[in-house]
Amino acid sequence: MSLDPVTLAVLKGRLEQIADEMDATLYRSAFNPIIAEARDACHGLYHRETGDTLVQGTKGLPIFVGAMAFAVKAVIEKVKAQGGLKPGDTFIFNDPYAGGTHLNDFRLVRPVFRDGALFCWLASAGHWLDVGGNVPGGYNPVATESFQEGVLIPVVKLIAGGETRQDVLDILAANSRLPNSNWGDLNGQLNALDLGEKRLQALLGDYGQAVIEEAFDAFSARAEALMREAIAALPDGTYAFEDYLDNDGIVDERLTVALDLTISGETMVLDFSRSSPPCAGPINISTPTTIAACYVALKHVFTDVPANAGCLKPITFVVPDTTLLGAKAPKPMAGYTETILRLIGVVFGALAKAVPERATAGPFGTINALSMAGHRANGSRWVMFNFFGGGLGGNPESDGLNHANNPISTATMPPVEILEAAYPIMFTQWALRPDSGGEGAHRGGLGAIYEIEVLDARGAEVFLLGERGRYAPFGVNGGGAGALNRFSWTDGKTTGTPPMASKVTGVKLAQGGRVRLETPGGGGFGDPATRDPAASERDLRLGYVTGAKA
Amino acid sequence: MTTLVGVDVGGTFTDLFFLDEAAGTFRTAKVPSNRGDEAVGFLEGLKTFGALSALGSIVHGTTVGTNALLERKGARIGVITTAGFRDVLEMRRRDRANTWGLWGDFIPVADRDLRVEVAERTLADGTVRQAVDPSEVAAAARRLVEGGATALAILFINAYANPANERAAAAAARAVWPNDHVSVSSEILPEIREFERASTTALNAYLQPVVGSYLAKLEAALASEAFTGAFHIVQSNGGVMSTATARRLPVRTALSGPAAGVIAAAAISTAAGYPDIITGDLGGTSFDVSLIAGGEAALAAQTTIDFGLVIRSPMIEITTIGAGGGSIARVDRGGFLEVGPESAGSRPGPVAYGQGNDRPTLTDANIVLGRINADRPIGGKLKRLDVEAARQALANHVGDRLGLSPEEAAEAVVRVADARMAGAIRLVSVERGHDPARFAFVPFGGGGALHAGAMIADIGLKAALVPRFPGVTSAMGCVMADIRHDQVQTLNLTLDGLDASALDRRMAEEGAAAHAVVAGAGLTVGRIDVTYELDMHYLGQTHTVAVPLPVTLANGTTGVTEAVVRAAFEAAYSRAFSRLLPGLGIRIVNLRTTAIGRRPPIDLTTLAPAAAATLEGARTGSRKVWFGGWREAAVFARLDLPVGAVVEGPAVLEQPDATILVPPGQRGRVDAFGNIVLERV
Repeated sequence: MSLDPVTLAVLKGRLEQIADEMDATLYRSAFNPIIAEARDACHGLYHRETGDTLVQGTKGLPIFVGAMAFAVKAVIEKVKAQGGLKPGDTFIFNDPYAGGTHLNDFRLVRPVFRDGALFCWLASAGHWLDVGGNVPGGYNPVATESFQEGVLIPVVKLIAGGETRQDVLDILAANSRLPNSNWGDLNGQLNALDLGEKRLQALLGDYGQAVIEEAFDAFSARAEALMREAIAALPDGTYAFEDYLDNDGIVDERLTVALDLTISGETMVLDFSRSSPPCAGPINISTPTTIAACYVALKHVFTDVPANAGCLKPITFVVPDTTLLGAKAPKPMAGYTETILRLIGVVFGALAKAVPERATAGPFGTINALSMAGHRANGSRWVMFNFFGGGLGGNPESDGLNHANNPISTATMPPVEILEAAYPIMFTQWALRPDSGGEGAHRGGLGAIYEIEVLDARGAEVFLLGERGRYAPFGVNGGGAGALNRFSWTDGKTTGTPPMASKVTGVKLAQGGRVRLETPGGGGFGDPATRDPAASERDLRLGYVTGAKA
Repeated sequence: MTTLVGVDVGGTFTDLFFLDEAAGTFRTAKVPSNRGDEAVGFLEGLKTFGALSALGSIVHGTTVGTNALLERKGARIGVITTAGFRDVLEMRRRDRANTWGLWGDFIPVADRDLRVEVAERTLADGTVRQAVDPSEVAAAARRLVEGGATALAILFINAYANPANERAAAAAARAVWPNDHVSVSSEILPEIREFERASTTALNAYLQPVVGSYLAKLEAALASEAFTGAFHIVQSNGGVMSTATARRLPVRTALSGPAAGVIAAAAISTAAGYPDIITGDLGGTSFDVSLIAGGEAALAAQTTIDFGLVIRSPMIEITTIGAGGGSIARVDRGGFLEVGPESAGSRPGPVAYGQGNDRPTLTDANIVLGRINADRPIGGKLKRLDVEAARQALANHVGDRLGLSPEEAAEAVVRVADARMAGAIRLVSVERGHDPARFAFVPFGGGGALHAGAMIADIGLKAALVPRFPGVTSAMGCVMADIRHDQVQTLNLTLDGLDASALDRRMAEEGAAAHAVVAGAGLTVGRIDVTYELDMHYLGQTHTVAVPLPVTLANGTTGVTEAVVRAAFEAAYSRAFSRLLPGLGIRIVNLRTTAIGRRPPIDLTTLAPAAAATLEGARTGSRKVWFGGWREAAVFARLDLPVGAVVEGPAVLEQPDATILVPPGQRGRVDAFGNIVLERV
């Protein structure tokens, strides 16, 4: 490392600022609330030859932080095969087998040229509201092939040499129930890329290519050094942990996510070979997604290791394609969030065995993708699509956080008033769920109860892709499990529940019908008998715990 | 009466600025603050200007609200809310404190057992689905009083769309509540988004008893000294309000102290010919930056005081980073030099203070480099700074790890800190589309002036301007600030086919109401301006852009039309983003109305140094200062420099509450107001 420490520190700040600013631009100009409010998006700078993450925004969706490098690699492969890369090009695609995650996540990848040569890539990922498929919003809980989940766009040029290709826009518009929303989000992503390119060129003007490239190498080396040191501090050994998914929505059998985590000096092996085989329903994930999810889990544990490719160097991943964590096309993947949440929990669980005093109990661990859809009086379609919160796990420092977002995101939830103003629905309850946190010296955080009434005279259809209906968030060091996820609906007379615990499709509700979602709390940390009596008294007084066991 | 006093009560000192407008004279005073009994220092400071009965008016910038929020020392509050929504305050927006790391919890300002639900419901379109029962509200209020609540917040879903249920509930609650501390969401913030409205309203209730009793104490103390003039409070938006408004809306005092400083910096620099500035307040643990363009401070619509504590109300936009004089320098395990955010604060403070810290801080680096005079510590509490201890700490924690001498290590620490400060300045300027070459940097507080030259060099700023009395900038701001009142109302109107006359009526009503608050504040104003801004977006977006409307209120009408609104929206959207989206519908979400009572301008030449001053007379000697190597730098007593004096770098200008560094390649010039203007040679 020959760059002086001052220049390095300065460049680190300037480059992170560029990625942060791209994030902020998209949040502010996006159309759909999943990006604008829930921040289901990510931006960064990527290596021109390997696609490795060089610099990542500090606010981007954590799961994308790991997955974006694979998306850029897919573009690099395409360019290798077909050539013709020019300044002013921008690629677009949502192929989950190549770039990770699921069809709703559209990636835009743009080369940045300097002095006529490729310098690096800028990329933007964002969750679009509707990409076709059988279920509005995309979370088709009964898909058995990708084709039932929506349109798949392979890596294509959206902008060629500065000219936007209208034919591509037309294809995109024709394949969504909500083309205006997607068009708005696409423009937001282009705004972000425009801005990132402008800022990066200015920085290149200030420092020159050579200095910035040297800084990229130094960032990577530093991340690797920090990760090696963090691993070296863990006791050597192999730590096994497993957890389960309720089912895949098609076959009502549990699926196992199993990890054998081996620490050896300053390296780590994450071996998922004992996991279940690929499944029929939409909760498969591809290898890039698995690696990205491991990265998220490790980053939550080793918070000071910076976000670039260097930190993955000391880690070996074993993800056989005979497991649901290394699935291939055309296996359905819309529900990928459920699988990666289980996977992240499993990494926490294995590390808890290695270092019990630093353990984090299982977070609520389900995204609860709920979609309510119908037609208004004027015939136009409405789709209320949302993810819901739950409790985080108890930990050495505190009780788990009540009503949090999942570890894979930094999403905020759209306000009730925004949802009610946008869709013909009314929330009749939006509350904490008592008794849902796992018992412990530090209790698990509480999940929530959401109850929603259909206001429109034409009724609504309801879809849910959730999990944790049968396997509760785990406690650690003697702590108890959080409450299970519960979903039900009623027309005022009879109550329905999902045939497969946590997934339903196409339930029809008339005006006045209601759905009710009760989300899991987090697992507890440590022996409940050792809980501070004042904290237990407070739990009862405030109604976090009712004393009447459900 | 034409005498005005600005009073800024800080954690350690209370600063006062006395202005006799008729005589054209000013005086300053600094007395120790007495935390918990601020009235003592307040009165003591005022008495240095003579009998209080002779004072015209007093304007106060206060941190009592800020401290109550940060230290969670507000009132025990009760909440009455819509059935089903008891936990809105606690559930937040389903966020967490940090992107990475899942530990930590959140405790809301209202305990769950003091949040009571009542049957009532309004829909998003304003339809009352279920009317509220006043007797149920009264019973709930009584229960909360019995439970020990001393202030009440009423938070109903969709109250922004129709406040009828909230008004009925407020009347019922006020009839039984034992004091005035009842905050109602549709009165505080009639804007869509229940969490933000609830949080703002609950924090208002949380502060009402604290701020109310604080103001009562001050008013009693003032009365005991026969003060009969006007007493006003600075708000977070940089304007002044009456104490009656402050009691009703204490949440608007959250950034009262820092806002006053920004206002003063704006006035001083605009008078000096620099209407575009970036202020920087370098404290012990943080660096606070604000942008002023065309003499107007940028406002933020919303501020997060701490995780889960959100205030939605226009406030001077202050961007804070964890880099201050007490920020600790370290080399991380990856070999990177970092400065802050960990801080030694003012206790134990820098190594050189000899109060038990052995890790080097930014101030230690400045001391080792000779930039701070070790024999004349600012604040005057210590006799001498321990330079050798600071050198040793830099060697141990930075130099030895990076292979640098103690001086080189100190220089690296200063440069990394400068880079972080420059990053904060870029964030508010370059990243918002402002050209830094047009802007001057205005440091206030004690430490910022040491780094002003570096800001010019690092960012390419036009100049830096150091006010004559950087330590009393906030107190000065109190006497300069305009009277101001902001209002918001969610409208949710579609632009196509807009009923412009209905919008005009609404704007006229809002304008008249805001005007009345300013007119009733009891301070002399030149004129009252009413301005309008709409929050707008394309149909389907959730975020909005702020659209200033080019209309004014005259004879009860604004003359607003659909075409005016459309043109203003497209201009604002184009400024914010690179692409318009023709063909999509456009919506007006909120109407924002501001009334500003312009205060008579203050003649700032009264601050200028005496005519008899000379450059030679101001010279106090020279000392070695490190700029990549030791250089002999001239040292001057800053306050003794005459108007027009020019000092070439390297030089150090010292005054009791600040040190200004003039680096090589730059020069400092004393302007007609006594400011030091730093520029490139």
